[in-house]
Amino acid sequence: MRQFIARRLGYSLLSLLLLSLTIFFFVRVTGDPATLLVEPGASEEDIAAIHQQFGLDRPLWVQYGLFMLNLVRGDFGQSFYYQTPVLELYMNRLPNSLLLASVAMAFSLLVGIPTGILAAVRVGRFWDSAGKLFALLGLSLPSFFVGLVMILLFSVYLGWLPSSGSGTPLHLIMPAFALGWYFAASHMRLTRSSMLEVLGSEYVKLARLKGLPQALVIGKHAFKNALIPVLTLAGINLVLMINVAVVVETVFAWPGIGRLLYEGISFRDFPVVQGIVIMGGTMIVAVNLLVDVVYAVIDPRIRLEK
Amino acid sequence: MSNSIHSSASSEPRQPLAAAANRPLLEIHNLSTHYVSAQGTRVVRAVDDVSLRINAGETLGIVGESGSGKSTLALTILRVLPMAAQIAGGQMWFEGEDLVRKSDAEMRHVRGKRIAMILQDPMASLNPLFTIGDQVAEPIRVHEGTGRAKAWQRAKDLLKSVRIPSPETRVTQYPHEMSGGMRQRIVGAIGISCEPRLLIADEPTTSLDLTIQAQYLSLLRDLQREHGLALIFITHNLGIVARMCDQLAVMYAGRVVESGPVSRIFNGPAHPYTEALLNSIPRMSDGRQRLTAIEGQPPDLSAMPHGCAFAPRCPAAFDRCHKEAPPEFNLADGRTARCWLAGVSARGAAA
Amino acid sequence: MSISTETIILPSHAPPRATAARRSDFPLLPVIILGSIAFMAVFADFLAPHNPEVGALTARFHPPFWQDGGSTDHLLGTDQLGRDVLSRLIFGARVSMVVGFTAVIFAGVIGTVLGILAGYIGGWVDQVIMRITDAWLALPALTFAIFLAAIVGPSMWNIVIILGLVYWTRYARVVRGEVLSLKEREFVRLAVVAGCSKLTIMRRHILPNVVNSAIVLATLMLGVVIVTEASLSFLGVGVPPPQPAWGLMLSDGKQGLMVGYWWLTVLPGCCIMLMVLSANLLGDWLRVKLDPQLRQL
Repeated sequence: MRQFIARRLGYSLLSLLLLSLTIFFFVRVTGDPATLLVEPGASEEDIAAIHQQFGLDRPLWVQYGLFMLNLVRGDFGQSFYYQTPVLELYMNRLPNSLLLASVAMAFSLLVGIPTGILAAVRVGRFWDSAGKLFALLGLSLPSFFVGLVMILLFSVYLGWLPSSGSGTPLHLIMPAFALGWYFAASHMRLTRSSMLEVLGSEYVKLARLKGLPQALVIGKHAFKNALIPVLTLAGINLVLMINVAVVVETVFAWPGIGRLLYEGISFRDFPVVQGIVIMGGTMIVAVNLLVDVVYAVIDPRIRLEK
Repeated sequence: MSNSIHSSASSEPRQPLAAAANRPLLEIHNLSTHYVSAQGTRVVRAVDDVSLRINAGETLGIVGESGSGKSTLALTILRVLPMAAQIAGGQMWFEGEDLVRKSDAEMRHVRGKRIAMILQDPMASLNPLFTIGDQVAEPIRVHEGTGRAKAWQRAKDLLKSVRIPSPETRVTQYPHEMSGGMRQRIVGAIGISCEPRLLIADEPTTSLDLTIQAQYLSLLRDLQREHGLALIFITHNLGIVARMCDQLAVMYAGRVVESGPVSRIFNGPAHPYTEALLNSIPRMSDGRQRLTAIEGQPPDLSAMPHGCAFAPRCPAAFDRCHKEAPPEFNLADGRTARCWLAGVSARGAAA
Repeated sequence: MSISTETIILPSHAPPRATAARRSDFPLLPVIILGSIAFMAVFADFLAPHNPEVGALTARFHPPFWQDGGSTDHLLGTDQLGRDVLSRLIFGARVSMVVGFTAVIFAGVIGTVLGILAGYIGGWVDQVIMRITDAWLALPALTFAIFLAAIVGPSMWNIVIILGLVYWTRYARVVRGEVLSLKEREFVRLAVVAGCSKLTIMRRHILPNVVNSAIVLATLMLGVVIVTEASLSFLGVGVPPPQPAWGLMLSDGKQGLMVGYWWLTVLPGCCIMLMVLSANLLGDWLRVKLDPQLRQL
């Protein structure tokens, strides 16, 4: 078990390394990175200063070393627009994104899992077809379209919900729905196929042969086993949600990471953009690692493997 | 009765003729189970016009190649069929009731409690996320309403009766912590937990090591004696049949081609398929140099030939065999054979 | 003994309706929709009633013809610069189609080639390619695309390249898996024994067999790519104005949303939705058709 964790950790670190290399590479691929790293409209001296600060005349591997050193120390550069360190900005906005993503995730699971189970248990019949339709719509409707239509409906025509900003639970409803919609469909699909697989397993067959009532067969034997891949995916999706909420946060002016990214692009605030990408990648690598480790801990099969 | 029956005939089927006192425990008449493809175009006759009987305390062996319908037959008895499969006809009389006509809710009270089943792969049949104790105690709690503590105590006793050492520790362990042989015993313990009258074992030793097989078989025999169980033993291994079974039914392409007492069949098979099976067992004593296999392949069950299903591969086939499928003929000594050759020497007409 | 045996059909569960048959039917509607969009993209110059990039400021925010204030002159209304919405939608199809298809093909080619190399050659080539794939897969697609767009600046072909770079990893993973199992198949082993060079084997034996999966994946990715492109346009880092793109129209339309100018957002959004929906349905059908394992009895 310890070996397993150690191996997994090393693997994650390697991924992080490659990630940073990729980012580093792309920033320099277009020529002079100084154009990105200075504020728009900077003077000659500013550019020279940047060259100095980032060692842009030094050999590449030295530059990379400096880059990594800064990253590890938490120095992601400074935002031009806000004149504050990027990491600080990020951390300020992160809780908002987490809140939005959590609510959206809760919604997607509350809708996705029961519909997936229902579709699997009633496979080939009405509820399965309804579920498939729902999944199709969910996967085909872009989140920002859902958001805009909701604003039209609930803010403009009905006047029930606020169309932007944050502060009250009412502000949370529409963005969470728009964000969670796609994931509800994705979770429903996975729950359905996982459930179908479990329902066809030998131990479910034996559970039926034992004469257990259908509720027990599904609720106890099938449910727990079927849910494992779904929860795994959900964990990863939570982090993914935080990162792809750019558009939803922009539509609803929700003050999270996504909106920060939008501001970064609009104001040509490159350090912010770079910082968010790095953090995004790091988060996903971290959550993949976490999920694998938790999986190993709770699944009794892996737990006792040497 | 339940409302899930669509009966096309006006009369009720009559009860079997045997006297109540020594009537068979389970009597199957002309049972057929078909798999229908989703479009309704292909029909696979997995079980075709099967008739069997087993008395209390007896052991009936069902032998056949893979695809001969043995497992489907077992699942049909307990009415745990996949969605694509339907019972297409016949009756199954168990302790005076027709299982075919029971509703699913009524069958629930039969499964595990009056008829139990052991599956082939013990690793796959046990839920990896629940403890052994939980899974053994489960049928007891469901069928007999026993409380948790008492049920777990019974579970420990059951584990002891299937000769699992230190049951107190085993009960809190998980399936993957056991060896294959132990897992199969646990599945056996689950089977007998509610004192069923009939136990169906679907190839229980196929996934066990040879050395463990013998132990397991003797365990089954002991359990059978102690609990007065009737045992249906499904296998493709004639050696096991010879050791374990009183009666035998040989299946081919979904039909029973021969049935009767084991010793008589082994001494003089009535059906060419049975004879070929017996001949294909390599024996140290006989002088043959080469292994004899049966030529050809089993037929496609969705496109069965006219005539006898075995005719294409049968060394003794003649004209009539290819044109007309033989019915089941009753022979002497309670034997049956589905073969025109037997029809020549049969005293009775079709069953 | 004569026991009457009626035919009693007693299902343990109710039999499924023939939904499987329906599933394998040719998806006519999606193909028609995709075809129409392609048609619009190619013949936009002839189909569009007005110039999509120039508008009359006197004709701003006209609603569609069936509402008050609308006219048949501008069937679907005008936007904030007086530009005809219908024309912009038609020309917008061009962007979606071109970017969508090109990016998907671009990503597909890179991903398939690298996947075959990784799977077949194995060893350190496999390790390198797979480690990069895993690392890049950890970057959320949209974020990565935005990052790259911020660096190179927006233009249609830049977007295509960016999307290709972002999505090739999905192909590589799938193709590599297929190649790994193909390697063990008889006909490949025969070719090795016969002395064919690795390149020949990869080209003549492996490639044709993974093409099916690549095509299915491509149709499924089409929807994703289009949504990403629309998102990029919406955020302002997609195809630059004044060229019309559906995502850009959505972004522009947001201004008018609060006063109820619904057609500026709903119409382009529906176009995106129809295209993605059709691509997904087509991809699902292809997957069932081309994957023999999924075929029913």
